[in-house]
Amino acid sequence: MRLEPFYRLLIARIREPLREPEVVFWVFVFPILLAVGLGIAFRNKPQEQISVAIVDGPRAREVAAVLEADPQLVVRISNGEDARSELRLGKVALVVVPREPYEYRFDPTRPEAELAQAHIEGVLQKAAGRKDAFDAVEVEVSEPGARYIDFLIPGLLGMNLMSGGMWGVGFAVVDMRTRKLLKRLVASPMRKSEFIAALLMSRVVFMLVELVALLVFGYFVFDIVVRGSVTAAVLVGLLGALTFGGIGILVASRAQKIETVSGLMNLVMLPMFVFSGIFFSADRFPEMMQPAIQALPLTMLNDALRAIIIEGQTLFSQSREILGLLLWGGVSFVLSIKWFRWT
Amino acid sequence: MTLMQSAMWCRDLAKTYDGKVEAVRGIDLEIGVGECFGLLGPNGAGKTTTIEMLEGLLAPTRGEIEILGKRWGEDDDAVRQRLGISLQETKLADKLTVEETITLFRSFYDRRRSVQEILELTGLTEKRSSWVVKLSGGQRQRLAIACALVGNPELVFLDEPTTGLDPQSRRHLWDVIRDFRRERKTVLLTTHYMEEAERLCDRVAIVDHGKIIALGSPRELIQRLGGDHVVELEVSDAPRIPIEDLEKLPSVRRSYREGDLLGLAVKEVHLAIPALMAYLGERGSELEHLSTRHASLEDVFVSLTGRHLRDG
Repeated sequence: MRLEPFYRLLIARIREPLREPEVVFWVFVFPILLAVGLGIAFRNKPQEQISVAIVDGPRAREVAAVLEADPQLVVRISNGEDARSELRLGKVALVVVPREPYEYRFDPTRPEAELAQAHIEGVLQKAAGRKDAFDAVEVEVSEPGARYIDFLIPGLLGMNLMSGGMWGVGFAVVDMRTRKLLKRLVASPMRKSEFIAALLMSRVVFMLVELVALLVFGYFVFDIVVRGSVTAAVLVGLLGALTFGGIGILVASRAQKIETVSGLMNLVMLPMFVFSGIFFSADRFPEMMQPAIQALPLTMLNDALRAIIIEGQTLFSQSREILGLLLWGGVSFVLSIKWFRWT
Repeated sequence: MTLMQSAMWCRDLAKTYDGKVEAVRGIDLEIGVGECFGLLGPNGAGKTTTIEMLEGLLAPTRGEIEILGKRWGEDDDAVRQRLGISLQETKLADKLTVEETITLFRSFYDRRRSVQEILELTGLTEKRSSWVVKLSGGQRQRLAIACALVGNPELVFLDEPTTGLDPQSRRHLWDVIRDFRRERKTVLLTTHYMEEAERLCDRVAIVDHGKIIALGSPRELIQRLGGDHVVELEVSDAPRIPIEDLEKLPSVRRSYREGDLLGLAVKEVHLAIPALMAYLGERGSELEHLSTRHASLEDVFVSLTGRHLRDG
């Protein structure tokens, strides 16, 4: 491999996408907009209010007075018919029917309803004279590192490395093939190794920019700090960029049409968008699916990035994920070299 | 030919796609150093398949090729250093400038020319900072040729360099090709414009259905028609005139019929026309149109195949 052709090819591979406004938007602006949007939607809210309706009757006022004394409760008195529709529409979490025995009406499939039931039961029983067995103090905790946005940023980084590898390598290669530009290049004395190395190196350069952009943004807007070593985070990012670059070349190795490679890329990316824990933890899927989910390269990348960025773990502790990524990247790369068509 | 130093040759070159479509059916060629050689033929004649096999981009089904003294597979890197190639319809990267594109291709070669020199040679100096996507068709073709010449090649392959260009851009491109030919470069080009082959090439091979049907200098091929001139006429009863009769007229070497049009290859127009008039008068045919012109390679193709080049 000669240095000058490699450098010229690399510069071309970096310049071209930067001159496409839509690429700049999707690669650099979109992830940050996504982080802003989701960061606002899932920001830590003050303790939530619980709405409760009391069915009008002889003891309704008395019960309402007791519940209104609790700052967390919003109380209204309704007739039986109205209370039923308020419950159905979700305007109230729970309906109290104050007669002997007391009736709590609620829909147990709503998470807030069970909380409301437990809370109101406690308030009413205490007012009726129940004694606490012991005293307890409530301490509210909301530390950086435990918030949703902390979980999200490494996931977005992983997602970006995946789609960057697929679009920046897979799509770009097939585009060059349909333009006969690949054929024109092999008709020149360019060496194939120079081309492939420049392609992968362009991903590494973009990875560094994306990683720095997201982490700096996270630091200034959401106070996110990298708890582990920054070098370890960069190394995992590098491995991710190369792995998905390799998968990108594999997907592009034979496709003759843009439609074909777009289909293949979606086929590869869609399962990882859903299962690999970008927006929520991959642990939420059933036990049975876990071996397959854990074997996906994006799951490994996201897990390793989160372990280093939020949990402050060492690179060494992530050796399982790192080996997995090396395997994915290496196998893809070897197969694509075997199958790759220049014409 | 044997006295000439050979830049490349091929023998019995053939390509069959998918075991059935015979695109090229046995082609023999030898091109001398410094020669400009044209493969002329209609679309689908097998020109691009032939040139891509010679360029080492397509594996032949059978046959031998030697380029600059080497076979493909022996030392491809060294051969490619000495070749300049412009493919048919390559779309270079849209968002690189002319200068960036030339600089990229230049980096692959050992014996390079300066970017400035190439820009001047191809008339692209003013466009050096324009993105490729903003260039006209003619400018893109000149850029493709610039990329083929930047490595200072000994042998240049140009596949349909002027297809789809307007007449002015085409003439501009011919000037570019003539300019670098002054440096004793060997050129192999394909075209389906006979005028282009006549203007640029020392020798041409006319290709049809994957075979060479005529080979020689444009001058020789035209002379083989038997006359330098073509007389074309339309008469009221053209379909009923036996064309053998016309060949008996003085100085007429060949005749052909193309629909309502009759064509004669003629050596001396001033002898043939009066005789033709007398013949038509005798028959009582009414002359509707008559024209004479110099014979071209188009006439050679028509006389060999009964079709026009553009008809495909």
